[in-house]
Amino acid sequence: MLRFLARRSLGALVIILLISAITFFLFFALPSEPALMSCGKNCTPDALAVINKNLGLDQPVPVQYWHYMTGIFAGRDLTVGHCPAPCFGYSFSNQQPVWGTIVDRYPTTLSLALGGAFVFLIVGVGFGMIAAARRGTVVDKLFSSLSLIGNSLQIYFVGVIALGLFVSGGLRILDEPGYHPFTENPGKWFMGMLLPWLVLSIIFVANYTRMTRSQMIEQLGEEHVRTARAKGLSRRAVFFRYAWRGALAPIVTIFGIDLGSLFGGAMITEFTFNLHGLGRLAVSSVTETDLPTLMAVMLVGCTAIVVANIIVDAAYAFIDPRVRLA
Amino acid sequence: MTSPSQAAAAGAGGSSPLDPLNITPDGGGDSGKLVGRSPGQLMWRRFKRDRTGVISAFIVLFFLLVAVAAPLISKLYGKDPTTTYGLDRPGLLNEFGYPIRPNGGISGDFWFGIEPTLGRDVFTQLVYGIRTSLLIAAIATLLCVATGVLIGVTAGYIGGRTDYFLGRFIDLLLAFPSQLSFVAFTPVVYSLFVSPEKETPTYLRVMTLILVLWLLGWMGMARLLRGQVLSLREREFVEAAKVTGASPWRIITKELLPNLWTPILVQTTLMLPTMVTVEAGLSFLGVGIVEPTPDWGRMFKAGADYYESDLTYIFFPGIAMIIFVVAFNLLGDSVRDAFDPKTNR
Repeated sequence: MLRFLARRSLGALVIILLISAITFFLFFALPSEPALMSCGKNCTPDALAVINKNLGLDQPVPVQYWHYMTGIFAGRDLTVGHCPAPCFGYSFSNQQPVWGTIVDRYPTTLSLALGGAFVFLIVGVGFGMIAAARRGTVVDKLFSSLSLIGNSLQIYFVGVIALGLFVSGGLRILDEPGYHPFTENPGKWFMGMLLPWLVLSIIFVANYTRMTRSQMIEQLGEEHVRTARAKGLSRRAVFFRYAWRGALAPIVTIFGIDLGSLFGGAMITEFTFNLHGLGRLAVSSVTETDLPTLMAVMLVGCTAIVVANIIVDAAYAFIDPRVRLA
Repeated sequence: MTSPSQAAAAGAGGSSPLDPLNITPDGGGDSGKLVGRSPGQLMWRRFKRDRTGVISAFIVLFFLLVAVAAPLISKLYGKDPTTTYGLDRPGLLNEFGYPIRPNGGISGDFWFGIEPTLGRDVFTQLVYGIRTSLLIAAIATLLCVATGVLIGVTAGYIGGRTDYFLGRFIDLLLAFPSQLSFVAFTPVVYSLFVSPEKETPTYLRVMTLILVLWLLGWMGMARLLRGQVLSLREREFVEAAKVTGASPWRIITKELLPNLWTPILVQTTLMLPTMVTVEAGLSFLGVGIVEPTPDWGRMFKAGADYYESDLTYIFFPGIAMIIFVVAFNLLGDSVRDAFDPKTNR
């Protein structure tokens, strides 16, 4: 287990380094003048030179990358001042340290991801198991058609309709969605995130229902399940203890990957509900061409995905003892 | 996956009239005697019998037709997507810029109502919007499929070190947070061609979206085909072709590709609607198509801005997109069933 974790972490580090290098190159080497993006519409050559100097953009790109990466671990001294240890530079648009903004925004993204994932995992897997248990009946067909439609729904449509119906329109039963820190007021936190959770999970539920159903049906046809039935175990015991365990492994895999990408920010959901999380930050830094912020968000996003992948593989071995970690 | 008989028949480059498995027992009543049919004909016959498939195929065709005939429709309907009717004619919008008539201003004149603030016609916006969305999605899909096939087949067929490096390259690209990368890389590509202080022309936005969707969209197809080729490569008919001295090019095009059409076609029909929704998502976030080009994603964005006062507006692109995506997904399922009748859903 330890060897596996060490090996995979090393691999993950390589991937993150490569991605950061590619992204950095794309952001800072390809555009002819990155400083121009920071400078805005009315830019004078003098202002441009100052920005270049301040941000170290007058150095060659590999050197800039080196400073950037060492800055993350050791901090760095910029002309604007010292930037302490996790230094991702200063934002082009508001001149604040990027790391501070990310720390500020992250609880929102985390709440959205965890709550949404909780809802879609329970509902999706539950629906899928019901459909598999009642295979071929009306219930199964209903869930199948629901998941087909759910699969084609888009957050930017459902979310807006939900806002229109429950927040501003006819049924005013929910408050304006927003993030309120859990530690201050758990009730308010829950109510503020409820609608985003539900809408976010709609598109995932469809997928999980379909996957759980097909996995369960496949497992129920396996020989060990038949043997368990033949030796006299009840249907219920076989369904929950034998088939379910086998169906769990692939679901956990997909779940880990989905959760990983959600931790990087659910852009469309955050944008629709005006939640100020990482995804929203990414969008606003794109519109303001705030490259340092964008770079940091990319790094956080890809770290989340890579780490999720490692956890999934470790969990896989835990659930399915046939899988050996080497 | 095709059945062995189909695979063999297809591998032989077309029909094999002697293969008994390729003869449908129920001839559909057109002839009493047994007729040999090629896998393509068989697939077509099975597809025609699948009612869901045929209906969704018609819906998909309808959307394509609307996209192609958008100028004609607009001419017959008598309006265009850019004229601001609400501003030009009094009595359509109130002082806040919202339609005076209920339900977004739907009337005999404006079938789907008028857009708040600018007062453009929603129907023509939607019709022209299909064009932009479909054009981007279709080209991006074609590029992804071509790249995926090329890289997947190469990796699977050549194997060894090539396969290893292509595999690691695919892993690397898959580790990019895809949605975030779409959003983040679009402005970079814009700035490659246009200096940040100038306006980005529409054709460049379209090309950029296609490029970004393409660069991060082909890996799934390549992975799938690599796996297929790996298992096909060991089959007897490929070995036979090798023994008879066929060139790698011939083996790939005449022996392998005919067996890959099913996964390619199914993946393509599933990829296209995804591209449409991703493109719409980008425009919704404001990094894709912008005013004044008609586009579904931009309509969603507008709908999100107006929802408090005019919820009707967003329903038109919303419902249209659901129908489009459902039809395409059902079509994909039917195509798979027609190619491979063994699968049970």
